[in-house]
Formats: sequence, C-alpha cells, structure tokens
Amino acid sequence: MLDITKLLEEIKASPYEEVVIHAPHTGIVSFAGLKEGDRVVGPTGMWKEIPGTRLATLDRERNKKPILSVEKGVVAKVHSELEGTFVEAGTPLLELRHYLSKDEVLGIILKKALYLFSAPERAKYYFAPDADKKIKASGPKAVTVHDGQELFIMSRMKREAALNYSGPEGVIYAVYFQHNENVDAGAPLIGVCPPDQVGMIEDVVIRVQTEWVEQD
Amino acid sequence: MDIDKKIQHLTERLSYIKDIFGTKQAENVRLLETRLEEFVQRENALPAKEKLAAVTTIEDLFGFVERKLETELTPMDKVRIVRHSQRICLRDILENVYDNYTEIGGKDENSIDPSMLIARAYITRRSGKKTYHQPVMVIGQEKGHGEEFRNGGSVKPWGNAKALQYMKVAETEDIPVHTYVFTPGSFPVEDAPGAAQQIAKNLYEMAGLRVPIISVFSEGGSGGAEAIGLADIRLMLSHGYYSVISPEGAAAIEGRLRSGDRAGGELIEKCAMQLKMTSDDNVRMGYIDHAIDEPPMGARPYHYDFFRRLRQEVIRATDEVVLSVKGFTPFRAMALRRRRGKTIEDLDIENIYVRWSLSPAARATLLQKRHKKFLRLSRQAFLDRRPYFRRFSAWWYDKGWDIYSYFKYDLWRKHQKQLIYAVEEVDAEARVLVEKVLRPWRKLTNALPTAQGKDDSKERELTMLSQWDKEDEARNGEWSYVSGRAKEDRAITCPNAATHGCLDLWAPDLFGEFAGVCNYCGHHFPMEYQWYLHNIFDPGSIFEFNSEVESANPLGFEGLDVKLEEAKKKTGLKSACTTFEARIDNVKVVVAMLVAPFRGGTVGAAEGEKFIQAAERAKKKRFPFLAYVHGTAGIRIQEGVNGVIQMPRCTIAVRRYIDAGGLYLVLYDTNSYAGPLASFLGCSPYQFAIRSANIGFAGPGVIKETTGMDIPPDYHRAYRALSRGHIQGIWDRRDARHNLRQALLTMGGRNLYYR
Repeated sequence: MLDITKLLEEIKASPYEEVVIHAPHTGIVSFAGLKEGDRVVGPTGMWKEIPGTRLATLDRERNKKPILSVEKGVVAKVHSELEGTFVEAGTPLLELRHYLSKDEVLGIILKKALYLFSAPERAKYYFAPDADKKIKASGPKAVTVHDGQELFIMSRMKREAALNYSGPEGVIYAVYFQHNENVDAGAPLIGVCPPDQVGMIEDVVIRVQTEWVEQD
Repeated sequence: MDIDKKIQHLTERLSYIKDIFGTKQAENVRLLETRLEEFVQRENALPAKEKLAAVTTIEDLFGFVERKLETELTPMDKVRIVRHSQRICLRDILENVYDNYTEIGGKDENSIDPSMLIARAYITRRSGKKTYHQPVMVIGQEKGHGEEFRNGGSVKPWGNAKALQYMKVAETEDIPVHTYVFTPGSFPVEDAPGAAQQIAKNLYEMAGLRVPIISVFSEGGSGGAEAIGLADIRLMLSHGYYSVISPEGAAAIEGRLRSGDRAGGELIEKCAMQLKMTSDDNVRMGYIDHAIDEPPMGARPYHYDFFRRLRQEVIRATDEVVLSVKGFTPFRAMALRRRRGKTIEDLDIENIYVRWSLSPAARATLLQKRHKKFLRLSRQAFLDRRPYFRRFSAWWYDKGWDIYSYFKYDLWRKHQKQLIYAVEEVDAEARVLVEKVLRPWRKLTNALPTAQGKDDSKERELTMLSQWDKEDEARNGEWSYVSGRAKEDRAITCPNAATHGCLDLWAPDLFGEFAGVCNYCGHHFPMEYQWYLHNIFDPGSIFEFNSEVESANPLGFEGLDVKLEEAKKKTGLKSACTTFEARIDNVKVVVAMLVAPFRGGTVGAAEGEKFIQAAERAKKKRFPFLAYVHGTAGIRIQEGVNGVIQMPRCTIAVRRYIDAGGLYLVLYDTNSYAGPLASFLGCSPYQFAIRSANIGFAGPGVIKETTGMDIPPDYHRAYRALSRGHIQGIWDRRDARHNLRQALLTMGGRNLYYR
C-alpha cells in the first residue's frame, strides 16, 4: 500500500519541478540576459499562441533559433560560462524551477495512489449503460468495479465493442477521458481506488487543497 | 402635464447637444442648462398661461442655439450625431415615411440577424381622384435606439444573406427596392459563408438586379454599407457620413498604434476631416447623387417635417429612375426635374403618378444605366500622365477591338455555332449507323492476333491529377526566376519544425530549387510576385498594358504623397495593380495582379480602374480573365470613398464580363483581406489559393478591436477558407502553372470561352 502521507511530505519538501533546458541542436549559444531568480513564463493565450519568455538563442548556419521557456517558473541556474561558445545538442543550458500548482500536486498523488486503467487503442470511450446511469445519477465514486466487469464501450467509426475492466476491485475515483473525444492508446481512462482507501485519499485531497500554498 | 412633457423633451435635447460636443461649446451648453434649470425651479409658482409662454421662449432659445451650433459642426461631430442613440433609425422611417409596412422575418431579437431589417411596405399616392398603392421592398440596417441585440447595425453574413434573398423576391415581384444604410461596418465573423464572401455575393447580385434600387445613406461604413448600397440613385442624409473606415480606425492605422491602444481625440478629429466623409464631400465627388437636408443638429424621431421630406425624396428618386428607362414620359420627367431643389412646401411629388413596374426592355436599360453610372465614377481620382495623342490612339485601338469582336464573335460566331451544332448532330447520327454496318467486319479484325494495345499516356496526362515531381520535366526543377533570397548563405527553420519535425533548410535550396516550399512538411514561405510572373506564364509572353495609370492622392491626405513616391521608387511600379496579357501553355489570358509590396496591395482608384480596363479588355478579346492576388490588405483608406467605390465598380465590371460569357478565375497568394475580397475577388465562382494564403474579411487586430474576440492563430489560413466554402481548392506553388492550365482547359476550353 502506498504511503500517501509520506508522498505528500516528499512533495512538500521539494515543491518544485526542476526543468532542465537542453540545447535542442548544435550551435553558438547566447543567453537572453536572465539571472538566477528571474521569473519566466511559459506559452500563454487561449491556444497557447503567445510564446514563452526567450531564454537563449542558438545560432547555427546564421540561423538564429530562440529557445523559449516551456513552463512558468524561476530561473535556478544559468550556465553562463557557455555564452558565445559552440555547444552540442543536449548540453544543459539553464535550469528552471517550476513551482507545482495544487492541481499538479493532486494529479501526481492520484496517479501514484490509484490504479490506472488504460485505453487499449485509440478510440472514443463511453461507459457501459448500467455504469453510465449510476455515474450520471450520483457521480463516478458511486460505481464499484471488479475484474472482468463490462465497463466501457469502445467506439471506432460507429463500430462499437464492449471493453472489460481488468484490475483490482475498487471505486472509480477519477475519470480521465472526455465524452466524444478520441483517447490515444495507453492513455489512462479511469483511476480506481480500493474501497477502504477512499476515505484516506479524500483526506489527502482536502489536505492539499487547504495546505498547499500557490506561489505565483 | 403638457409642460412636463416639454421639459422632458428639452432635457433630452440638451443631453443630446452635450453628447455631440463633449467639452466643446461649453458656453452655449451652460446657457441652455441654466435657462432650463431656472424655469424648472420657477415653474410651480407661475400661472398656466405664463408657463406656456416661458417654455415657448426656452424652446425658441434651443432652436436658435441649435441653428448656431449647426454651422460649427466638424466631420467628427457629424459622426457622433450619426452614432447617437437619439438619431432616427430604420423603424422610425418605416413608421413615418411609408404608409404601411410588414416586417419580414424579424421580431426584435428573434431574427436570424436583428441588425438587418426587411419590410414589405406601401406608399400610397393620389393622382386626380384615383388612389394607388405602390409596394416597395425596404431593406436596411437597424440600429434601434441603443438596443444591444442589434449589434449597433453591424450585420453578420446571414443578415446580408437575408437582404439578398429579399432583393431577389423584389425582383420576382417587380417592385423597387429601397435600402437604408445605417451601419458602422460589417461584423467580421468568418463562419460560413464568411463576411467577405456574403458581401461579395450581394454586390454581384445587385449589379444585375433588374428592379430600381434607391439607397439612402446615413451611416455608411465601408463593406457593410456596400452590401446593400449599390443603387441606381444614392441619396444621403446631410448629417450622415460615408467612409472607407471609421475615423478611429483610420487614426489607429495612421498613428501606427499597437492593438489595444487608443488613438488620441485630436488625431481622430484630423482623420475624420481628411477622409472627406460628409455628405457635401460625397456629393461633390459624385459618389452620392443628392443630399437630403436634415433639421439643425441632425434628424431625431420627432422631426416629422423631415420624414415628409425624406418621403418626397425617395418617391422622387424612384420616379426618376423609372422614368429614365421607360419609353414615353416627356412631361412627367420634365415636371420631376423642375422640382429638384425646391423647398419642401413646393414639393408635391405624390400627385404625379408613375407606375413602378418595368417592361423587360426597360429592365435591360436600367441595368445598362446602372453599370455606366458606376463605371464612370472616380475617374478623377488617379493620375494618367500619357500625352493626348497616346490617349487618343489608345482609344482608337479600343474602338477597333470593339468593332472586330462584334463582327467576329457576335455576328460570325453565332452562325458558326449553329452550323457546328447542325454538323455535330448529323455526324453523331451517322456514327451510329456506320457502327451498325461495320460491326461484323470489326468482330473479324479484332479476332486476328495483330491487334495492339492502345497507348493511354495522353489520356492519363489529361485526366490524372498533377504530381509535383513529374510535372513539367522540361524545367528540370529549375525555375526561370529565382528569388533574391536564394543568394543568402544561411539556414532557415520551418515554422512547423516543432510539430512536423522539419529539418533546417538552406536558403539557396529553399528559395531556389524548392520554390519556397519546405520539402519536409510542405509549408509555403511567401514569395515575391516576380516569381509567379516568370514561372507561371510562358516565357516572354507577358505584354503589360495601362502601365501609365498611376496611384494618386485624390483627397490630399497628409503624408500619402510621400508614401506613394516611396512605394513607386521601391517597387518600380506606378500602382499596386499590374495588368497584362500573357499565355499559359499557349492559352491566352488577361491578368490583373495585385502586388503586395506596393503599399500592401491596397486598392485605390488607379488599381480599380486598371482592374476594370483589364476586365473590359478580356471581354472584348474573349480571353479568360485571371485575377492574381499576390496580396491585398484591402482598400487604401487614405483615398476615402474614392477607394471604397472600387468595390461596386469592379464588381460591375466583373459581372459584365461573366455575363458576356467569360471565365473569371481568382488565385490568392499571400494575404488577402477586406474590401477587394468582399467584392470583385470574392464574387468569382472559381477561386483558388496557393498554400501560403491567408484569406479573410478583417485581420486579427481589427477583429479584436471591433468585437473584443480573440481568434485562433489559424483563423484565416487557406484551409479554413476552403472549409467554409470560400475558395474551391488549394494548390502547391510548384503546381500553380499546371493547375492553372488545367483549370483553363476544364472550365474554359481550348479555344477559349465557355459560352
């Protein structure tokens, strides 16, 4: 059994995700003048159409390519000794610290704590009628699943096939797919939690919601 | 009670004056304000008779001040008058100008587009003892008095489609159309069929609508106004404006503001002044036939005299149009003419009766007159520095072609066609007979072993789609024009590299051999217009004409002269439109090319005139007409209405060409937006795009500015245009020549023309 308290403490101890920015290809690097502790932003806008902060530029064959920040965070380290030198692809250039948000922390914990049942192939998925009824009436947590239960309908081009759940018995705690949208093969469909652990997980969710301080 | 109403009315008049002038005219406003306040305070103490006298005095004072302020109105003040929620709207006009009306397809917000109002209305007139009910179709933008759901009179595509539908109904019923233009501009949504495409359709249909159209302009904002404004007589309210762009929009462009910033009041005032958008300006330039005088400070719903005048004016305008195309009407036409310029008391149009339905012959004349009227406009707004003898010889050359094409195509070709059809019929009959007679012999020969399989390479070439690597092997992948950028020794990253994993491209390869196409993902980098000139048309076949027609600065817009000189020097062209005859695989075509480097490919009077001349030339010579849009940013705003009038003008030219049996093709290349797209380009039945094209009505900045909506980054890509039905196909740049040839052959025919 997973020790969730310990996991949460671990995340709390280092509430950052370290993002190392590598050179995507060879070239002469010139940094954008960021110092340690500077804030950077990732791509924004409704369609992520506004690019993130420029971190550095790589020049190869007089072709200047900007290296942009992919996440919001703080610059932790700049390898400024590389300024103006030729670097190979994969050379670390900067390190960013991305402070985890509430949702991200919850996501990490849930994905570790729950049993994830994944999509066997790219298709649209629906719950089987009897499960669907229950979910619509009183939410996914009302449904207990067991190994071999017919739980999903897998739909490809209007041809539908039943899909059986395989895994430990438990309640559906999280649903990761959307109605009418394709799910890639291997992507999780649901997260299942043993019935005796539901209370504990809910506890954790509440703790994260209340204790986690968002840093912006 | 009555006094209370009058006070209420005066308060409204005061707030109206305040709204129009803002901080200006503070003294006059204060005078009115104090006098009104004084009266309100004293009111209860006064006896009834004196109350009435006092209120009349104040009313007189208001009238006096309004007349005084009237003389000091600037163009921007007029814009504010037109936009004010107290201004008359179409509903008021329907109530007061027409005798009875039924609104069609709308009940306030329950309408496909509440900003477009359609009504079937009656005008009743008496001549002698007889009473006549004359039906008209009234179409116009409805702003209402500040009703949010009407979108301020900005019509969405489906509103314009509704207008078009009922124009056609009017044509079927043979009743005149009265349109009322009350719009600051069209709403820039690109949902099918797209704002631009629908306006283009409206213009195209109105160019051939066989009933009289009278339009009355109050607020004429660019494309939105043109969607219902192509009319036989264009009237304008004296406080209205008719312009290519709002003064704010012009200021944003002139001040080079980033999106989101607001232009200063002074710059806006100046732009309003420079755009020459008032009724006087438009009457002087000839884009409006007559102005209708409004009461001081603009018409509001309680000005009943004004409605009477408006009624007389629209009736007279309709009478004038009808009488001018009818056969025998000497006295009535004279009587009408004599009444022009008379004061409202002398005007009594209604006792002259004119039947508003037209005979087929009169309808044809009507169209001809409408076409001529528009084609004549804006001839003064460009430069033509040719000496007189050159112009004279060009005129003779033109006439010569007129005569030649009349004999060749109208006389000889007609009979030739009949002959050919007859021969074809006989031939087809004979074939069936011969087939039957020869069948036993064929059977015998086919049974012999010598029969060979037939060569189907020709058939495949004609029926299969082009494959880039196999196309035009004679070129060996070498282009006759190579972009200057191919000389740079550097690598370039494809913008799709992140998603498609394209490798870097070396500039000499990309712009030289690959014709500006990423050979990993097919992304098209924009190319110079010269590339198309040299690589699409047969080598040495290009013959340019009308190159002397030059863009000018008809409104004397500040700074435009310098910018034009710069553009002329930089590009070596005299306008953004080059017109030439050329051959594509020996098929002769007339081409009008809008060139992006010349001020963004914006269309003004010179460009419009060249486009029209090209269409006329194609019509005379029976050549296909290709509009190659390397890029256009829209109408050149600094030319004001001289620019925007090119929308109906060029559409009429295109319509005349298509009606005469021509094949009109449009090919878009880089960025094509706004006016031209919403008229003479968008009306083509065959529109194609190179993959690098962005096509739309308004650019992302303008959409954000006018609607407050953010739009996805790929909103204007050619593929979006294809999926909303605007264009009919997307071509690879390297296939453009082959596909054009294919299009000409399949849509035209080898010896041209398809009808």
